[in-house]
Amino acid sequence: MSYMTDRKRAEGHGSAREGTRRHWGMTKSSVALVFLVPAFVFTFGPMIGRPHAEVVAYFAQPFPALVAALMIVVGLVHFKNGIQMVIEDYVHGVFREYTVILTTCLCYGAAAAGLFAIARIAL
Amino acid sequence: MADVNRGNRPLSPHLTVYRPQISSMTSILTRISGTSLILAALLVVWWFLAAAVSAQQFALADGFMTSWLGDLIMTLSAWALWYHALAGLRHLYWDTGRGLEVATAERTGIAIVVLSIALTVATVLVV
Repeated sequence: MSYMTDRKRAEGHGSAREGTRRHWGMTKSSVALVFLVPAFVFTFGPMIGRPHAEVVAYFAQPFPALVAALMIVVGLVHFKNGIQMVIEDYVHGVFREYTVILTTCLCYGAAAAGLFAIARIAL
Repeated sequence: MADVNRGNRPLSPHLTVYRPQISSMTSILTRISGTSLILAALLVVWWFLAAAVSAQQFALADGFMTSWLGDLIMTLSAWALWYHALAGLRHLYWDTGRGLEVATAERTGIAIVVLSIALTVATVLVV
């Protein structure tokens, strides 16, 4: 027999404010990505398969470097939040926490590595 | 537990009883495309990191990227990226309270599939 009340049982399971905050976060990053995705595809894409010196010179320019840096950071933050939603829908129990922690670390790690790389190329 | 019947309630029939529809297919494709994009994201980060380190490291990463496997991953990822972006635009449009009628939603659903394939072909041709 538990003394937990109905209200206590509902708390923390996504009451109105928390849910809309996450949705608003995804909305903001998705609007940014609408512009970043085409810019990145048509700056990064043609550089695949080019000689190393040319790639380094290209991403030393402000526009391609900024587009690539923003795409990596905003894209991976968007992925972190999106994959958390997916995990919370499909993964249950303690494994849910593990996968959220793992994907969060992976996203921040990859974003940091990408930023470091672009900074090193551009500066 | 305040609710003694928890976990013992009858469940309503779920996915298995529904015929595949444009709405459900475009919805799950959005998740699949978004989730699979982590592979391309990590490859791109590897490519940039290799370029920042040395010409030899870059040759390794770029060599994988231009191999048949790399080409396959990047082409499929280009489709995933365009599809996910278009699906996101569709969601942004829905968020304004418009386009939610069944007929309209089915039309925009088919439109994003067709457009995403067209954009992928364009990307492969240009890039």
